[in-house]
Amino acid sequence: MPMKALPFKTALINWKRWAWAIPFAGLALLILFIPLPLPFHAPQDRLLRIEASTFQFTPGEIQINPGDRVTVELVSTDVVHGFSLDGYDFELKADPGQTATGTFIADQAGVFRFRCSVACGNLHPFMIGKLQVGLNLLFVRGIVLGLLAISAALISLKNVSRGMA
Amino acid sequence: MTTRLDLTRSPRTLALLRSRWAQFLLRAITLAGFIFTILAGLIGSVVGSHNFAIIFVWIAWWTALKLAFIPFGGRSWCSICPIPMPGEWLQNGGILQPRGRAGIGLGKRWPKSLRGTWMQAGGFLLIGLFGALTLTSAKITAIVLLFILVLALVLSLVFERRSFCNYLCPIGGFTGLYAQAGPVELRVKDADICAAHSEKTCYTACPWGQYPLALKSSANCGLCMECLRVCPSDNIAVNLRPWGSDLGPKTKHRLDEAFLGLVMLASALVDSAVFLGPWGQLKSAAYNIGSPDWFLFAGVFLVIALGVLPGLYTASAWLADHLGSARASLRKSLAYYSQVLVPLGLIAWIAFTISFAIVKFGYVLPVVTDPLGWGWNLIGLSKSAWVGETTSFSLILQVALLMVGLFWSSRVARRISDTIRQAAPLIAFSAFITLAMLWLLVG
Repeated sequence: MPMKALPFKTALINWKRWAWAIPFAGLALLILFIPLPLPFHAPQDRLLRIEASTFQFTPGEIQINPGDRVTVELVSTDVVHGFSLDGYDFELKADPGQTATGTFIADQAGVFRFRCSVACGNLHPFMIGKLQVGLNLLFVRGIVLGLLAISAALISLKNVSRGMA
Repeated sequence: MTTRLDLTRSPRTLALLRSRWAQFLLRAITLAGFIFTILAGLIGSVVGSHNFAIIFVWIAWWTALKLAFIPFGGRSWCSICPIPMPGEWLQNGGILQPRGRAGIGLGKRWPKSLRGTWMQAGGFLLIGLFGALTLTSAKITAIVLLFILVLALVLSLVFERRSFCNYLCPIGGFTGLYAQAGPVELRVKDADICAAHSEKTCYTACPWGQYPLALKSSANCGLCMECLRVCPSDNIAVNLRPWGSDLGPKTKHRLDEAFLGLVMLASALVDSAVFLGPWGQLKSAAYNIGSPDWFLFAGVFLVIALGVLPGLYTASAWLADHLGSARASLRKSLAYYSQVLVPLGLIAWIAFTISFAIVKFGYVLPVVTDPLGWGWNLIGLSKSAWVGETTSFSLILQVALLMVGLFWSSRVARRISDTIRQAAPLIAFSAFITLAMLWLLVG
């Protein structure tokens, strides 16, 4: 495509070409941040026994409900391991063959990674598990945003012939 | 109208770009850092998270490449990459010498059958297959870097120009592919001036073997600025341009680009699963190279990279071609539609990096103060690494980025198709990859 180099100070973006993006951006923000009602489940007391070994937690994926009172029993089967939960101020450390116990209230909904917090070997930075508290709304929002992204792409080129976009 | 902002119109920028000293200074820093990284890997702590080699290569540099160099500078990293430097200095017969002077080397042409990005894609597959060990073992990282440095040196003594960068370097393949989406390009200002210039000093000087007049894509230009320095007519422009300028219905693409793009996508998916997923057995399988579990992991990885993704992409391209008004051979369609893979892959890697790097960045400061993991405290910083956590901001950013990638790839698909119907299979392919990344990163 032939190009036209503009003088250094006069190269401007043609903002009018992107006017269609404003409503889409607003809609995207709405989809991403609008508060949505979550299905209610009566809070329960839960006991989670999690085994930590190089370089995995067993179980690695856990699902609970918002409001649950969760007691974690961390059992290390080989070397010293830790348990640090993203988004929560909750951390445990278990010596080999020992059990460390702690309790927290699952007062935030979403998906949270838990990670080993004690250097345990080469793959230690990637020793990760997943705790899902209620519905993973961000994933659902992401899917809706995907549909919006496709619509925006098609509409942005609606009046432009092939090769001119 | 396609707008460009020619940076060489600013006398100061032009002087900076022309200066071999300014570039040499940056190259000297990166070369020193590269050699120190190899030393740190060989003699430093065996604990990866305490070793400069691991943290600086796989967290700091790898992050900078994907979040800064490529999206804002295209192949700008290649202009200061230390790997080809020793060989190039020998080829040129001096550190600040342009090409064409008396140097050392046989100057053979790279075999035609080995041209293209096929071997770079193969190199990237190897990174994926052995990544869990390479990314976590400082010694292996150092050995790999040393091997690459020696290989580039040896090849530059046998073959002409930057053969290693052009045909073998997996990172060169990565940056070249995604530089097509980047906002920087090097082009000629006036084609007639070049056509009338019989000596072609720019082509002679180019270590990448490019002729600026023929440049239609930024994939193969390493932004070394040699053509700018030797052009007698001041006819080379370094343009800032809209992102994705090399993607469109009139640009040319090759089949090997499609393969490279698919390998990059497969690697982003598999790395997300291995390094960020909650599947401990998968991590162990990827790490224990040579074990039965590793062979299973390698088999699944290769099936995804060489079977599933290429199969889905081929089906999408075939369908898109049959829904369009004009038919092309499958080979041509696969090459033409590969443009969709560029923004899709680039943004998938950026989203992966946001997820990976923000959490791990707490490891950087401790290795600055204690690069070898020997208990030093050189600049008085805390020596203990912060565990790190994924914040809600980081998660939202990853979702937003993936959607930008889907928007961008859908837009490219629509631009290179006659109708929405024709673009639909390519958009569906992009949506499938985006959904998979979304599930792996925030699911």
